[in-house]
Amino acid sequence: MKRLRAWILRTRGIFPSQRRQRELADEIESHVQMHTEDNVRAGMNREQARREAILKLGGVESTKQAYREQNTLPFIETFLQDLRFAVRQHVKNPGFTCTAILMLALGVGVSVAIFEFVDAALIKPLPYPEPSRLVNVTERVALIPRARLSYLDYLDWKKLNTVFSSMDVFTGDGFALRTPTGSELVAGTRVSDGFFRTLGIAPKLGRDFYSGEDLPSAPPVVMLSYATWQKRFGGRADVIGQTVMLSDVANTIVGVLPQNFQFAPSGRAEFWTTLRAKGSCEDRRSCHDLDGVGRLKDGVSVQTALANATAIARQLELQYPDTNQGQGASVLPLSEVIVGDVRPILLVLLGGAGLLLLIACLNVASLLLVRCESRKREIAVRGALGASRGRLILQFITEGLVLIAGGTALGLLLAYGAMQILMRLIPADMMFSMPYLRGLGLNLHAVVFALGIAVLAAVLFSVTPTLRLVMSEMREGLAEGGRGTTGTLWRRFGANLVVVELAIAVVLLAGAGLLGKSFYRLLHIDLGFEQDHLATLQIAAPDFSYSKDEQAVALARQVVSRMSNLPGVKSVALASVLPVSFNGNTTWIRFLDRPYHGEHNEVNERDVSSEYFTTLKVRLLRGRYFTDAEDGSKPGVVVINQALARQYFPGQDPIGKKLIHYDLDPKTSREIIGIVDDIREGPLDSEIWPAVYYPLNQAANPYFALVVRMSQAEESVLPTLVSTIHQIDPNIGTYDEATMSQRINDSQTAYLHRSSAWLVGGFAALALLLGAVGLYGVIAYSVSQRTREIGVRMALGAQRGSVYRMILTEAGWLTAGGICIGLGCSVVAATLMGKLLFGVHAWDVSTLAGVVAVLAASALLASYVPAHRAASVNPLEALRAE
Amino acid sequence: MGDKADVWQGTLALMILKTIETMGPLHGYGIARRIEQTSGNLISLNYGTLYPALLKLEQEGSIASEWGVSENNRKAKFYRLTRAGRKQLNQEARDWEQTTAILARFLSPTEDPA
Repeated sequence: MKRLRAWILRTRGIFPSQRRQRELADEIESHVQMHTEDNVRAGMNREQARREAILKLGGVESTKQAYREQNTLPFIETFLQDLRFAVRQHVKNPGFTCTAILMLALGVGVSVAIFEFVDAALIKPLPYPEPSRLVNVTERVALIPRARLSYLDYLDWKKLNTVFSSMDVFTGDGFALRTPTGSELVAGTRVSDGFFRTLGIAPKLGRDFYSGEDLPSAPPVVMLSYATWQKRFGGRADVIGQTVMLSDVANTIVGVLPQNFQFAPSGRAEFWTTLRAKGSCEDRRSCHDLDGVGRLKDGVSVQTALANATAIARQLELQYPDTNQGQGASVLPLSEVIVGDVRPILLVLLGGAGLLLLIACLNVASLLLVRCESRKREIAVRGALGASRGRLILQFITEGLVLIAGGTALGLLLAYGAMQILMRLIPADMMFSMPYLRGLGLNLHAVVFALGIAVLAAVLFSVTPTLRLVMSEMREGLAEGGRGTTGTLWRRFGANLVVVELAIAVVLLAGAGLLGKSFYRLLHIDLGFEQDHLATLQIAAPDFSYSKDEQAVALARQVVSRMSNLPGVKSVALASVLPVSFNGNTTWIRFLDRPYHGEHNEVNERDVSSEYFTTLKVRLLRGRYFTDAEDGSKPGVVVINQALARQYFPGQDPIGKKLIHYDLDPKTSREIIGIVDDIREGPLDSEIWPAVYYPLNQAANPYFALVVRMSQAEESVLPTLVSTIHQIDPNIGTYDEATMSQRINDSQTAYLHRSSAWLVGGFAALALLLGAVGLYGVIAYSVSQRTREIGVRMALGAQRGSVYRMILTEAGWLTAGGICIGLGCSVVAATLMGKLLFGVHAWDVSTLAGVVAVLAASALLASYVPAHRAASVNPLEALRAE
Repeated sequence: MGDKADVWQGTLALMILKTIETMGPLHGYGIARRIEQTSGNLISLNYGTLYPALLKLEQEGSIASEWGVSENNRKAKFYRLTRAGRKQLNQEARDWEQTTAILARFLSPTEDPA
């Protein structure tokens, strides 16, 4: 109790107080005067009396000092003193201080920025209540691990499952929205009635969908996304109850979604309507167009849910063998589906940033060690004057802490800047599929993370000088008089730090090299067609005027003939799906002349116009292309790709053979008239699937894509394509106008590979720079310590060449050590990031050789400067400097 | 001066408290002189060491201080015993007596009763 009281009072004493200082001075002064008067009375003269009084007191200043020490807490006082001293030290050495703080800030800034992305994407990606209970529920087939659900299957799954407290479906849709200026194509999503309740989202305004409102018989209702409500309806509360025309259907607005609502798979959706199962697809069990979300019941694991869903799928297989054979089930955590693609790249980036941070810290630690060595004399003197070892260590730790504080603060600023830049680099299209990145900023997590880094760095920086002081005799410092040989500890410990730095640089360089090479391989993969000079445009004609086959065919012919007349256009083609978009939109085929056991021969189905293959410059391997005249009135024909020929006609000639839809509808019987090279239908890194190309004129559809081959400058024609379509019919919607090269370069696969290659490349460049600076520092320091030795050697006849050799050998060993360790680690690291590599092995020899060359060259450069200085030592001066 | 004893660690506080108890409120200089006199000039007290000790006692609440006027009409800071200080003094005096009594038994010539 007594102690506590004293402590509190002493803590207050840390803050200097003028009043207390004055009181103390007064008290001492009155003491001295009283004593002086007594002394005078005892017979001394005044001067002597006062001198005697002060002597007896033990000195005025030392009394005050003793009093002040009692008045405050000495260790805090000491710390503040150390702090002041440390700051003074750092200010005196601006070069060292700036280098150290900048390096730390770089490491911290990069790590925190990347961590922020990881935090947003991997730690809290789903802004729903109890997100870990949300799962993605779909069917599964041999070719597609996460296929879609058919409407009828969904109804059965919903009814039969015992694992979900609720299960709902959604599917993307597009609507022609009537606006004052004409018809605009807007993105929407159709959902089953309980969709928002399953996610745990309540509307901001109005009501959620009633149950049963998703049935075909229910009146059409719609909910608005917050952004759409603001943008198109001025944020007015009276929109509830109004109607909006979507693709010529009057929908009643019943609700508005909250501002922070996001659902990555439907990132762009403006209008959320009820499912109201549509004909042509959703009345067939074989047509899969829905994606499912389920909320697991309490205590049910994903595995249990998968087992239950699989059992239901099996039951449906037996019940409906025609349509459901081979249709399994997939249940995955929803977060896995949403961020699964970016997880490996983020983890690689976090790893890279961490390594960069480590290099930066090691560099600063080794700088501190060098400084510690060069301050040997100061340490020895302070030790001789009575400073305890602990006190000295504390001083060095304090100096480290000052650097860390500066580095962390600057690093947080850097991180903020880096995040802003990185966010701006993400294209808007990509942002729609990553809504969890919205509103990224320096939050509490980031600051805690930065503090964590600071603590680790503090430990590292405390260990180094402590080791130095504990392992060395302080007297040595005095005896040597601050000259002479390099400390043994430095040799054993400090120099090895740089080996670790170089090894890390190798790992990052190798990573960057491999990712860069993957990206190159990805962009130069064989597409099966020539991508240059192609302009593309997606077209959606309204159902109400183009739903009949003849209408759609007439429109297609009109589009082709109008486009062909544009200046600079060489040829024009139409396709249901553009290449390099996705594998899917499949059909099941069988062959009439072969036995059939109900298996689903799943192949990509593409409806293309007669000019398609010539426009894309796809190689014809056998047979012929179709002609424009081959429409519904002529016998059915198809062109197949090489993969289909190889898989289904090994060793046979497919030309003239017939294939038919699995349900044996005679209208679907087609003769194979040609085989073309494999066109890459899916993303750049995907497999080639068997594909069947149907003549568009025999399978018309009012939704198609336009491909135009230009004689040059394909980009400038894009606006003309759009306006030409609108001249044909202003009600036709168009979207995604882009050149083929843009489409490929901006595809998600290319984007992920490109950004990881660039970012890791940036990290590697920084790592190389820091590693080289570290090596330079080590060699330069070693040279400065060995000046006298070199002088003696040269006085005894050593040639400049041999001095060069001596210094470069020292650097060479360190570099070789770094390279060897680094190569070993790189192969391990590259194996870990296997998912991001494309077309290269983790042990890709040419990449690793390049890395070794780059690092060796940089190391040579970094050590040449000090070696040159060593060789230019004037032996006389070196010896005289003693 | 050579044969004068230094003040043992921890005993200064007790001397101060006892002095203040005997003399009533007193300033630092007075306390120092009084301690020397009481010791029969056997103790060589560096007067300066008194002030941190006074501050510590004050921080612990054993004594309190206020400015007053000395017998020679000089402004000085006077220290007085608090209730807690009086308790502390009694306790420490008892402890000390016990300690010295024990030590005395060891150091005095053995009086073997047998």
